[in-house]
Amino acid sequence: MSEGLKIELTRRYRFAASHRLHSEHLTNDENERFYGKCNNPYGHGHNYVVEVSVSGDVDPATGMIANLADLDGFVEREVIEAFDCRNLNEEVPAFRERVPTTENLCMEVFSRLRQFPKARLERIRIEETGSNSFEYAGE
Amino acid sequence: MVYLTRKMEFSASHLYHNPSFTPEENRRIFGKCNNPHGHGHNYVLEVTVAGEPDPATGMVLDLKELKDILQREVTDRMDHRFLNYEVRELNGQIPTCENIARAIWNLLEPKIKRGRLHRIRLYETPDLFVDCYRNGAPKAAGRG
Repeated sequence: MSEGLKIELTRRYRFAASHRLHSEHLTNDENERFYGKCNNPYGHGHNYVVEVSVSGDVDPATGMIANLADLDGFVEREVIEAFDCRNLNEEVPAFRERVPTTENLCMEVFSRLRQFPKARLERIRIEETGSNSFEYAGE
Repeated sequence: MVYLTRKMEFSASHLYHNPSFTPEENRRIFGKCNNPHGHGHNYVLEVTVAGEPDPATGMVLDLKELKDILQREVTDRMDHRFLNYEVRELNGQIPTCENIARAIWNLLEPKIKRGRLHRIRLYETPDLFVDCYRNGAPKAAGRG
C-alpha cells in the first residue's frame, strides 16, 4: 500500500544575521524609496528560521531517509557557520553583488545544500520574521 | 478541489535499535535515541483530505467522521503507548518519524471514503516533521 508514496523529512534550523537592502542598480533616492527602512545604511537583523526538506527512500535498516546527525552537520557547516551572527552583505560572498533579500537567501541556501549526499533536497523555506516566509524548490 | 486539514496530538515513547547492528553500531547510528529505556514525544499529526464539497452539505467530508477515524486508527493504537512494543503496524520497523507517518498513512487511506487522503504531516518535535503524499499529487495544501 506504501507503493507510490512520497515521504519528505523537514528539519527547522535557526540563525540570526543582519543585512541591508540596497541595490547598485538603483540611485540612492530610489533605494530609499523602494526599500524604505530596510535601506538604513547601518543595516538591521532578523532571527531567521530555515526549513530544509529532503526526500528519498526510507532505509529499512535505520527507518530513516537520512540520518539527522548527517543532515544537521551538513547544514551547520554549509549554512549556520557561514550566516549565524554575520552581516550577510559584508560576510557572504554571494551577497556582494546580489541584494540579500530573503528571496535571494532562499536560493543561496538551496544552492549550498543541494549537494547533501544522503538525500534529495526538495525545498528551502525561510521565515524572515513570524509574518514573512519564502520558499524555493530549485528551477 | 478543496483541501481540509484536521490536527490531532498523541504522546508515545520509542527507542531506535536494530538487532542486526552491533551495540556499538546502534549507539553510533542512533545516538541518544538508542537508550534502551526509551524516550517520548508529543506527536502532532495533520491530516489533509482533498475533495469537492458535497452540494447538499457544503462539506468534503464530515469532520466528526474524520475525527472518529483518527480516534480509532491513531489515538486508540498509539496514544500513551510504547511504539516499539505495542503497535503491531510498526513491528519489525524502527519507529522513526518516517515509519510512523507511513504506518499512519496506510491505516488512514483505506478508511477515508469521502474525499481522498492528500497528505499527512507528522511532527515529532516542532523542528522535525515528515510529510507523506501519493507520488504525483499536487502540493496545494498549505505550506510545504
